[in-house]
Amino acid sequence: MTVITAKGTPETRVPTSSRRRHFRRDQIGWLFVLPFLVVFLTFLVAPLLYAGYLSLYTKGLATGTTFAGFDNYTRAFHDPAFRHGLWLVVRFSLVVIPLQIGVALVAALLLDEITGRLASFSRLMIFLPYAVPAVIGALMWGFLYSPSFGPMEQIASLFNVQAPFLLSQGNIFYGLLNIVTWQWSGYYMIIIYAALKSIDSSLYEAARLDGANARQIALRIKVPLVTSALVLILIFSLIGTLQFFTEPQIVSPIANGSVTPEFTPNIYAFNLAFRYAQFNYASAISFSLGFVVFLAVAIFTFATRKRGGLFT
Amino acid sequence: MSKPRHVGAKLILLALVCYFLLPVWWLLVASTKNSHGLFSGSGALWFDGFHLFGNLGDLFTYNNGEYLRWLWNSVLYAGVGGIGCTIVSVLAGYGFAMYRFTGRNLVFAAVLGSVMVPLTALVIPTFVMMSNAGLTDTIWAVILPSLLSPFAVYLMRVYTAGSIPDELVDAARIDGAGELRIFLQVALPLMRPGVVTVMLLSVVATWNNYFLPLTMLSSSKLYPLTVGIGLWEQLAASNNGGGQSLWNLIIVGSLVSVLPLVLAFLTLQRYWQGGLTVGSLK
Repeated sequence: MTVITAKGTPETRVPTSSRRRHFRRDQIGWLFVLPFLVVFLTFLVAPLLYAGYLSLYTKGLATGTTFAGFDNYTRAFHDPAFRHGLWLVVRFSLVVIPLQIGVALVAALLLDEITGRLASFSRLMIFLPYAVPAVIGALMWGFLYSPSFGPMEQIASLFNVQAPFLLSQGNIFYGLLNIVTWQWSGYYMIIIYAALKSIDSSLYEAARLDGANARQIALRIKVPLVTSALVLILIFSLIGTLQFFTEPQIVSPIANGSVTPEFTPNIYAFNLAFRYAQFNYASAISFSLGFVVFLAVAIFTFATRKRGGLFT
Repeated sequence: MSKPRHVGAKLILLALVCYFLLPVWWLLVASTKNSHGLFSGSGALWFDGFHLFGNLGDLFTYNNGEYLRWLWNSVLYAGVGGIGCTIVSVLAGYGFAMYRFTGRNLVFAAVLGSVMVPLTALVIPTFVMMSNAGLTDTIWAVILPSLLSPFAVYLMRVYTAGSIPDELVDAARIDGAGELRIFLQVALPLMRPGVVTVMLLSVVATWNNYFLPLTMLSSSKLYPLTVGIGLWEQLAASNNGGGQSLWNLIIVGSLVSVLPLVLAFLTLQRYWQGGLTVGSLK
């Protein structure tokens, strides 16, 4: 972290008594942080350790609970169900992240350029899906895709063609792609937009005097200056998509079996735990997924460390 | 005011607005239809009769008014969980920004690193822990884990560092104000946009949460709206045809569940639009 500097402690020489007073006053910080730390230890550190512990044991009907070492992990990474799910969310991330960021960036750049009532109205409307629960977003699109009451069928019949059912086995990837892009692009747009607004506009004046047009200003000045916002969004988006659960789970009753019980790693872990009561193996799956996410984010952060972001 | 060179940009913007509004528009229109209009009406994107109030009446009375109970549960979880999360995060962010206590950098590094931990990976072990403590299928199983938001702490630390001048705090100390009083009376008013932003983010996160309540709760009377509507959807999908009236309720119920947050964002935009700047700058 380079951005945060501590306040209230000047680095000049101060008399010992005053330094001691400073020291004592600074310990008050613990009291402010304490409630969060309790929550942090109880609901993050403890479950993490506990998941790690659970994942090292197996529970058999006849044998009872026995120590299994890394057997569950070997099993998980050899389990075709887990590997398929993992491969799906990785592929999905590779497509949905550039798509979301592209839409968000274009919208933010346009909104930064245009002023007036249309712009502020558009900004709110594009942001609106963020306030809609993912459950409702997935349901609405599920209805819109539906052959029995969606508009796609009606529009397609005007042209005498059959509309594709976006939740079928072959199309569900695209159906979900659209739902997730719709849900999150507006939130990312607002973050980029806020970063754009904080750029000193005298830079644009200077560029204009040098003969740069609007597109050149956008690509050469604005985009490079909001890179840290883009990196932040990328990390959020990566963490979110690898944990994919709600949208496929919600469309599954109307998707005619396209969403299998092991569709994504999270859905698989959920079904293992709550359908088959395999909590140990489910914990190993969760832990493995968490490890993959952590690794992906760490690699990505390392690769972009010169560009700023959360962990510069 | 509009220059001709912006025409292209405005057209693209309008197209984007249409795309983002499409499902919401459909939801509004479909909420006013009865099941005949929904399934065999002329067009899915235009009105066909007006049955909104009838649908609302059905929604609130169906199955002894279980929808209203879910609505109340959502308000309770998002209110207590979201506001609790805000209080905890604001205090911690302020503590990290203003005091150089021993071990601060280490603890903060741990918090920052935990932003990378996928929270849904913790749901299953949390369930087992809660189950051992006898807390599953109670409101606490949903509210307590919602108090955790490492990102909100990060946001509040950055916001505090940027919005409170040292001189002001020093002046208050010289005037003899205690640390708690400085926080409440000097710092907090200056942090308001940041606090409102964090509150909106955490209320939205709790209101929209699905995975956590789905795993923690088994009795439907404790469900929040998201899980309740998901349950209805399963019921409606599993008895094809017989469930047609339930589809109407799901649609109008979805509309009602979206309204509170949309209204909150519209009325509080002055605050959050400023507050969100913080997360992106640094």
